[in-house]
Amino acid sequence: MSEAATSAARRKPNRGYGRWTPLWFLAPAVLTLLLIGIYPTIFALVTSFRRYNITRPREGFPFVGFENYVNVLTDSTFWSSLFLTAKFYVAVLPIQVVLGLAIALLLHKPGMGLLKSLARVTLVVPLATTYAVVGLVGRLIFNRDFGVANQALSIFGFGPIDWLSTQDGAFAAIVIMDVWQWTPFCALIFLAGLSMVPGEIEEAARLETSSKLALLRHVQLPYLLPGLTAVMILRSADVLKLFDMVFVMTRGGPGSATDLISIYIQRVGFRIFDLGTASAQAILLLILTIIISRLYIRLLYREVH
Amino acid sequence: MRISSGKLLHALGLTAVVIFTLFPFFWMVSASFKTQADILSSPPVWFFTPTLQNYAEIFADTKVSGAIINSLIVATCSTLLAVILGAPAAFALARYEFRGKSDLWFWFISNRMISPIVLALPVYLLAIQTGLLDTHLVLILIYLTFQLPIVVWIVTDQFKSIPADLEQAARLDGADQFTIFRKIYLPLGAPGIAVSAIFSFIFSWNELLYALVLTRRAVQTAPVVATSFMSGYELPWGKIMATGTVIVLPVTIFALIVSRHMVRGLTMGATK
Repeated sequence: MSEAATSAARRKPNRGYGRWTPLWFLAPAVLTLLLIGIYPTIFALVTSFRRYNITRPREGFPFVGFENYVNVLTDSTFWSSLFLTAKFYVAVLPIQVVLGLAIALLLHKPGMGLLKSLARVTLVVPLATTYAVVGLVGRLIFNRDFGVANQALSIFGFGPIDWLSTQDGAFAAIVIMDVWQWTPFCALIFLAGLSMVPGEIEEAARLETSSKLALLRHVQLPYLLPGLTAVMILRSADVLKLFDMVFVMTRGGPGSATDLISIYIQRVGFRIFDLGTASAQAILLLILTIIISRLYIRLLYREVH
Repeated sequence: MRISSGKLLHALGLTAVVIFTLFPFFWMVSASFKTQADILSSPPVWFFTPTLQNYAEIFADTKVSGAIINSLIVATCSTLLAVILGAPAAFALARYEFRGKSDLWFWFISNRMISPIVLALPVYLLAIQTGLLDTHLVLILIYLTFQLPIVVWIVTDQFKSIPADLEQAARLDGADQFTIFRKIYLPLGAPGIAVSAIFSFIFSWNELLYALVLTRRAVQTAPVVATSFMSGYELPWGKIMATGTVIVLPVTIFALIVSRHMVRGLTMGATK
């Protein structure tokens, strides 16, 4: 390029609009994520092909090919823990969707201004509560002897349940705490959907029919569906990563009653210190998550592409 | 009559929502003011003489105060870093078209969903090798993996809403992109940046798994210490609930400030 041309380019008003300009803005964030996100993931991938038990360093960390993966995929505990996670998802999701929708409808209904604002604001409290603290409170609430859950049951004439020491009780207890924490999330998403219904359409429909169900089904439902999809997908990812609350409340027990997948992998990695196997499990979990987030993008972010 | 009964049901329903959402919170706070004897009474007591003993104990306990300071250091530093790194990236994503942009989005969304255990295993091994185990730095860095996507996501949304005319005018005045970013986008995007910073802070303040795995004694964060009280024969319930209250109260206040953006922060913008 001639000198005249470069100086002309320099004088042009669109200085700093070159092809590489976005790179300068993006590079710090992307490099950081590469370093702290991708590099460890690759490290985990490599580890997953090794025998890697740090309590037995003398054996070294030899490459063993797909041995860890074969072990994991033939490990019935891994599968039952995945199955339990699915069971947990199937247990919490319908409750959260139904309760969340009911709350959203209550909040959408005209009138009761002050009480409604109060209810709307308090929905944020469970979502912000430290997950580990939810577990601590759960242990107090579901204590067999002095827990308030059994006090509530006794009002209805049911005998005390040993929540945290029985298999079904512990599972029910973590379901209840999860429902408490995440129902507001569903409610807020559905509320956002309901407020998207154009006012005049909703009013016209209210004049046409007095049936709330017909209104919900024919007018509001189309606006609720994207939110429902988001809830279903996000909650499935959240359940796969659920750790803090359950770990504090039950440590996965009694037995394996609440041994969700993240709890199980944590135990293999940090109690048994079999990091090769744990890494293989983590990589499989990662693949599952990637499929879920692909789905999320396909269904909810079509406009981005 | 029909209208008033409908109103009554509405009011009852809303009251039920308030009780449902606040009850565990209320129960924790009330237990934090109970003596051990009151907590262990069966059936539980609802009315009691409150005591500040539990708070006096935890504030005297250097383990708890140290843990809160650790949490503050980690959450503040990682949030600042997330904003410093994330805001420019958000600017590029909001204003440029380039190859690989959708892959970048995908990456950010996936980060929101990946179980921390996936990264905790390799980062633990890497931290041992580099001597970073039990340092603030390792937590600050690992927390960026979920903070950066949140910041980039919310701030990109905010930046997209800034009218392009402003930028055009500045361009005609000969401003380069760096000036435009500094003089137009940063000040006008400040509300979104603040919201994203509060979210980052909340998420890292609440985090347990990484903190549990990557710290030993020196940099235990508040949730780790609260959890560590949960061992032994007779649990110090009052102390545990007081610690829980101290941990949860500040983030709850923060969350109330951003309550209008809660959905956006938790769905990565899939629903407005």
